[in-house]
Amino acid sequence: MSFLKRFAENRGALLGLVILAAIVFVALAAPVLSPTDPWATQGRPLLPPGSDFVLGTDMLGRDVLAGIIHGARISLWIGVLSTVVAVVIGVSIGALAGFFGGWVDDVLVRVVEFFQTIPSFIFAILLVAILTPGLTSIVVAIAVVTWPPIARLARSEFMSLRSREFVEAAVLSGVSRGRIMLAEVLPNAVSPLIVMGSLMIATAILTESALSFLGLGDPNRISWGYMIGAARTVFRQAWWLSVFPGLAIVLTVLAINLVGEGLNDALNPHLKGRIGLER
Amino acid sequence: MRQLGFLVGWLVKALVVVLAITILNFLLIRLAPGDPAIVMAGEAGAADERFLAQIRSDFGLDRPLLVQLGIYLKNVLTLDLGQSYRNQRAVVDMLFERLPATLLLTGSAYLFALVFGPLLGAIAAMKARTVYDSALMVVALFFYATPIFWVGLLLILVFSVQLGWLPPFGMQSLIPVEGTLARTLDILRHLILPAVTLGLFYVAVYVRLTRASMLETATLDYVKTARAKGLPEWRVATAHILRTALLPIITFAGLQAGHLVGGAIVVETVFAWPGIGRLAFDALFQRDYNLLLGVFLLSALMVVFFNMVTDILLRVADPRIGSRA
Repeated sequence: MSFLKRFAENRGALLGLVILAAIVFVALAAPVLSPTDPWATQGRPLLPPGSDFVLGTDMLGRDVLAGIIHGARISLWIGVLSTVVAVVIGVSIGALAGFFGGWVDDVLVRVVEFFQTIPSFIFAILLVAILTPGLTSIVVAIAVVTWPPIARLARSEFMSLRSREFVEAAVLSGVSRGRIMLAEVLPNAVSPLIVMGSLMIATAILTESALSFLGLGDPNRISWGYMIGAARTVFRQAWWLSVFPGLAIVLTVLAINLVGEGLNDALNPHLKGRIGLER
Repeated sequence: MRQLGFLVGWLVKALVVVLAITILNFLLIRLAPGDPAIVMAGEAGAADERFLAQIRSDFGLDRPLLVQLGIYLKNVLTLDLGQSYRNQRAVVDMLFERLPATLLLTGSAYLFALVFGPLLGAIAAMKARTVYDSALMVVALFFYATPIFWVGLLLILVFSVQLGWLPPFGMQSLIPVEGTLARTLDILRHLILPAVTLGLFYVAVYVRLTRASMLETATLDYVKTARAKGLPEWRVATAHILRTALLPIITFAGLQAGHLVGGAIVVETVFAWPGIGRLAFDALFQRDYNLLLGVFLLSALMVVFFNMVTDILLRVADPRIGSRA
């Protein structure tokens, strides 16, 4: 059965894909869908949903819907960017460890284990606080705390592929090791890495929302976590300020998880339901 | 003898983690832009030259980097994590004061997740591909995608604001309750919402893991043998399948301990729970890095501790693990 067919037969994955596509569309079209500045006061403060504002206004009279539309950009962007960085770090380290084995492997495995013992969220908070909150520091912090599982996966893939005939043939014909790792081994290890990477985007979005909730978001960009955190003092009177941005986070993360698991079942039928949970 | 070896092994591991985190802390402060003395002073008297000179001599900031690291390591190993300049108190004292509250919260959440996750997961697996299974999996999928702080806010809205059943914040009532029993009950009432908030995400994770693990175990030969012997289905499910299927879950729970401690920061902030997480949140806002680094070190130690508990649980669940060492 082809990959597409297997993916299309998974109803959950299709549903996830539709939701995700809608969110990506909203993020891309934000300047058109909501042309006004999401930081600008639009009406009276704390208007409930309905009336002139579908999702109400916050303590400063800002439109909640506009915040959610613009917040989609930052969530997805940070999710993707930090995952790319984490995958690059993780695959490099895992590939070196798995391909070379021996003491290189020993040392790198110790490093990976250490990074898994560190309480990752607190480490991320420290990194963002010390590097001063901003897009770059958030991406760096999330990447630094999420690469270890990718490294472990890459290591085991590289380790099992290293002893295969086509790799040995390449070694015997004098191809450089760097080239073998990139051109021969990596393409064969890519599908489980894609699955884990896609699921990591969801984790990254959750982490970003928690950082922003604590007030460690990028101060120049509105985000869902920030909206909930900023409204914390009035959330008992104005439930809509925390409920709607939260729903946006849940829908996005849920959609990505569904798509990621669909990819897993379609790309690695023998690993059905295994990779995703071990993040 | 074996127990002793186990204990020594864990002490060594704890020591290595302390050492590594200490070095990491040391590097982090120097990673910050600007003068480390000013960074450490935070907003407390950063402009006061005498104060800064004091910090510089305390931490040997005018000496070579390796000497500084040596001083820092010696301080940490003698349980001297420096001063919280903002609060004018020793960091160690502040941490120990808050530790019990956090241990109570994370411990309860851990227990809650480890009981309900596998239990519901086992039900889902036994009723696989029925309505119960689907309903459980949808709920698990939902909580697996929810930010912890948002769950906390929703629970407060429903159970405190709307229904008025449980207190929305703090660890004890504002007016102190008389009597030990009454006080314990008062703390328990305050504990429910935060512990459930912190635990729900992990319940979701363990439900999914248990179900997958049990369905996989159910196809093994020894399970068929158990059925062929004529054992009732519930006994096969609990004594044969679940027991084996639990091993990867316990292992995973140990790995997740770090997340749990991290989640405590968010939950303690939402519920004004007077633990280390709340302390970290305050330290964050006062730019009190010494205190924040202390929280980091202590939470890493808590992870090591949770790992140890996990290891003990694993030995109970699978006696082979203990005898292999």
